[in-house]
Amino acid sequence: MAESTCPLSGQDVVERYFMEHRAKLLDIAAFLDRIDRAGPPPGHEDVRVRALRRAIPLLVDGAGDRTRRVLELFSDHSRDPIPTASTQAALGVDSGTAY
Amino acid sequence: MPYIDPHIHMVSRTTDDYARMAEAGCIAVTEPAFWAGFDRSNPAGFFDYFRQLTDTEPKRAARYGIAHYCWLCINPKEAEDVGFAREVMGLIPEFLDRPNVLGIGEIGLNKNSRNELVILEEQIELARRHDRLILVHTPHLEDKLKGTRLIIDALRNAAVDPGRVLIDHVEEHTVAQVLDAGFWAGMTLYPDSKCTPQRAVDIIECYGRERIWINSAGDWGPSDPLAVPKCHVEMRRRGHGEDLTRRISLENPLAFLGQCPSFQPRI
Ligand SMILES: [Zn+2]
Repeated sequence: MAESTCPLSGQDVVERYFMEHRAKLLDIAAFLDRIDRAGPPPGHEDVRVRALRRAIPLLVDGAGDRTRRVLELFSDHSRDPIPTASTQAALGVDSGTAY
Repeated sequence: MPYIDPHIHMVSRTTDDYARMAEAGCIAVTEPAFWAGFDRSNPAGFFDYFRQLTDTEPKRAARYGIAHYCWLCINPKEAEDVGFAREVMGLIPEFLDRPNVLGIGEIGLNKNSRNELVILEEQIELARRHDRLILVHTPHLEDKLKGTRLIIDALRNAAVDPGRVLIDHVEEHTVAQVLDAGFWAGMTLYPDSKCTPQRAVDIIECYGRERIWINSAGDWGPSDPLAVPKCHVEMRRRGHGEDLTRRISLENPLAFLGQCPSFQPRI
């Protein structure tokens, strides 16, 4: 990956974007609270929520490249084409991964 | 600033959208053939769709001073039925010489199935036979990483010149492999999936301004026909100069699309 070419200083980035991302973080917190209030699902927790929980530590592990790594966590890593497409839709996370 | 939105499905948008895009500086759009939100019941449905793309939309756009170009194909969502897909492909050659047709697109994969791949390979061959540019759709969400790899393999196996192919809907986990292989890359600005304006500008800052563009992919779903100028605002907000905006939304599209002799928008 190339060196950063963002003209803003680190402090400028915080000044300009903090409130917007504070709000997004609260949305995630409220989403997880809402799931709790709705009660536990029968059987396993939904694979999408499990994947989301697995993604959150990547944000604070200090390793950088967070967006790419979250997207890779949510991706199907198999290599061969599937025999047939039984649906046209995508889920958002890989249902074949044990998150 | 004049700009080009190189991927937008105007058949799903209102005439008011053309007016607002023109006011924002849009001088040209290119419209790939895609899924309509439902499966067509008959290949003949595509005959009328191709007429709409090559005849109706250019006239509608011209009323607002916008040049309208298009791409033709059977899209990957409707390519699982190979027989159906081949019938649609059979309709394409008679439209290819219409003045606003740039090439074959948006071909690609959706669920990364064997049949989708067969039809992708046949459409790459169709483009090669007619010496046309190619616009590629990469799959959604969890299927994008795998699909992008399969698509790049198929294009390499067909020995297509990567400089004549744009691979669209790249994100942080696919942009490097597309650019490193010599292809052009497109970023789609969507509210809930693909890239936000902020992330698109991040990607430009990290991967450079060569062989890359942004588009709204405005269609019948959650999307914004003014996403491209809104992303320009994000660039300015960070202190980027107009040279970056011009490069991404004018000079780069002109360089890639200009490889097709009929692409001659008035700037
Ligand atoms: Zn599209």
